[in-house]
Amino acid sequence: MVIDYAFIWAGLIAVAVLMYVLLDGFDLGIGILFPFLKDRDERMLAMSSVAPVWDGNETWLVLGGGGLFAVFPLGYAIVMPALYPLIIAMLLGLIFRGVAFEFVHRTERMKLFWEVAFWGGSLVAAIAQGMALGTLVQGITVSGRSYGGGNWDWATPFSLLTALALVVGYATLGATWLIMKTEGATLARAQRLAKPLGLTLLALIGAVSIATPLLRPEYLQRWFGWPSGLYSAVVPVLLAAAAWMLWTGLRDGLTYRPFLATVAIFILSYAGLGISFYPHLIPPSVTIWDAAAPDTSLRFLLVGAVVLVPMILAYTGYSYWVFRGKVRPGETYH
Amino acid sequence: MLSDISALDLARMQFAFTVSAHIIFPAFTIGLASYLAVLNGLWLWTRDEVYLSLFEQWKTVFAVVFGMGVVSGVVMSYQFGTNWPVFADKVGPVLGPLIGYEVLTAFFLEAGFLGIMLFGRRRVGEGLHMLATAIVAGGTLLSAFWILSVNSWMQTPQGYSVNAQGQFVPEDWLAIIFNPSFPYRFVHMVLAAYLTTAFVVGAAGAWHLLKQPANRGARVMFSMAMWMALLVTPIQLFAGDAHGLNTLAYQPAKIAAIEGHFETYPDGRAPLILFGMPDEATSTTNYAVEIPLLGSLILTHSLDTPLIGLDAFPKNERPPAAIVFWSFRIMVGVGMLMLILGLWSGLARLKGHLFDWPWLHRAAVAMGPAGFLAVLCGWITTEVGRQPYTVYGLLRTSDSASGLRADAVGYSLMGFVIVYFFVFGAGTFYALRLMSRAPEDHIDISQIGPTRTAGITPIAQAGE
Repeated sequence: MVIDYAFIWAGLIAVAVLMYVLLDGFDLGIGILFPFLKDRDERMLAMSSVAPVWDGNETWLVLGGGGLFAVFPLGYAIVMPALYPLIIAMLLGLIFRGVAFEFVHRTERMKLFWEVAFWGGSLVAAIAQGMALGTLVQGITVSGRSYGGGNWDWATPFSLLTALALVVGYATLGATWLIMKTEGATLARAQRLAKPLGLTLLALIGAVSIATPLLRPEYLQRWFGWPSGLYSAVVPVLLAAAAWMLWTGLRDGLTYRPFLATVAIFILSYAGLGISFYPHLIPPSVTIWDAAAPDTSLRFLLVGAVVLVPMILAYTGYSYWVFRGKVRPGETYH
Repeated sequence: MLSDISALDLARMQFAFTVSAHIIFPAFTIGLASYLAVLNGLWLWTRDEVYLSLFEQWKTVFAVVFGMGVVSGVVMSYQFGTNWPVFADKVGPVLGPLIGYEVLTAFFLEAGFLGIMLFGRRRVGEGLHMLATAIVAGGTLLSAFWILSVNSWMQTPQGYSVNAQGQFVPEDWLAIIFNPSFPYRFVHMVLAAYLTTAFVVGAAGAWHLLKQPANRGARVMFSMAMWMALLVTPIQLFAGDAHGLNTLAYQPAKIAAIEGHFETYPDGRAPLILFGMPDEATSTTNYAVEIPLLGSLILTHSLDTPLIGLDAFPKNERPPAAIVFWSFRIMVGVGMLMLILGLWSGLARLKGHLFDWPWLHRAAVAMGPAGFLAVLCGWITTEVGRQPYTVYGLLRTSDSASGLRADAVGYSLMGFVIVYFFVFGAGTFYALRLMSRAPEDHIDISQIGPTRTAGITPIAQAGE
């Protein structure tokens, strides 16, 4: 039997990117929500709730970049130049917010500056990622084995729409994370924030869903053609169920359900994007098999991934378990 | 301003700048992670609070520096694609999986246990906390293993074939990972990282000894660091020499540039040029101060083995000689100063004056940044010395990029320069301020863990 390594790796990279979006999503979301928190104590509390895990969350982004380089080098070589300004903006944003975790505790005079850096960096990174997503969905011009488009192909109304959706999505993840991790006034504020955020998120997902099939005829075919339309119809139904879970979770003041429902909304939206994309790595012309490295490369890294990814999930899970429960004011090592 | 510079040169500047800024942090954290593991181990073994106090102080320094290493490292993982797309397409099948292994074996490990190391002592208990600390140290070394394998393959490629698309295709993974220059480069770099940390710790210890000669924490720091300087510097000189011989075998042009040898010495008997001004236009090293015969002795360990010079290579195959010539000399010069400081401290220790020779302490303070300087100059030597290639002898730097836009690369370069100087400047300032706090002999163990201005919070939530 011939094993389709490119297909397996497309799945694994997709999971790595999804892990990144979910995990860094809530800690970027907390940064995005900074202006809506009451005071410095509350902002530091929110930051403390993710301080032990943010580095691990961001490692999934390195796996996404490194993994793409390893298994789809052609894809990596085309996408990075196509998204050049967005990637640079994301990296610079991540620098500011990443160092802010430590720097904010190392100074009194500049504290406010690093709080603003944490907010701004998180927001810029989220916008850049959202626009990158929109640009990919729209399709990238390829000539030969490199990017063939222009400087500004990424700046479109559609990529702005996806950026807005992702920012609101991350903020919803952040707010529902705070519902799980905080108590008292902060908890109440997070609950108040989560409702309008959740509603806006659903409206934006709807807008993206309507716009996407209109971008390219093949998307229309994959969504509404026969028989693939049958499978894709499941996604909106499940999305409606997840939205209901989010709503009831917030209405009844539940601890875990709002976050888990938001995670489900992300996973389903992601699956929807997957339906539009597959079998392309870079719409409209580069498939996963075009972009894949030779089987020797894919097999070599797959052996490691099969052994190591479960271990990574286990000890990452352990780390989350160690820091479980509500975070209390003043609870950091600083 | 930018319009006069080609996109390729801007991309080279950007890579040189971002990778140089990045290497500073791992060079320090590789050593510091091991130092923290040793300090924590000594605390558990002796229950002497001075070790715990030092652990807590250096832990916060580690957190600041490690954070800067992470964010500057994320940049590197995307730079291959943004600025070197042809390189990425061609070498991805060989180097990508090695970087993939670095992420899977090292980055996740470090990130997963860093939180426990920094915040988790009270939550997981001393034993598991020690394990987490040791795992973080091990992770930094694993990371060095993979990334140096990647770099070394680019210097001494083997175990590949080339396919119809011009991509390098892996044929023998063991040959790729353990390529000829890898063992030398790995040992040289890990020792460099340990020495870098030792000289920073030594400088901090010496700084406090000058102000508080009786401070026990300062004494412990200084003594540990000076043992490292005394014992590891000579080992590093041997490792560097072995690395040089390996380079001579595989990259003779780099060695010729390092030595300032434009001419071939067919009968050996080459001089050692101590100083001079290599001039690439005229292919001579002007104002050379030479020691006869010594060049051959050092490089070939014999007098009459032929030694080739840059004239054996066409001009478009030569590395920029002047940069390599000088960066190498600065590295070696710093290494010699390290050796002298190590021996001086050995003498002071022998005579029982390790903690009361102020000039020794002043010298140690001055040598605090020595490791960083040596590491940077060493990397400049090896990276500039393998020009004009990214994959030595196979893929030219000028062919590694295509379709770059000078404006995009130029503006992003400006962005990196401004952001790095500001952010990493601030971080360096915070790290120095943390080091400038005098160590305490005793530490209230109940204070370790979640405490801050809001007061002491019970750890009850750990039991939830």
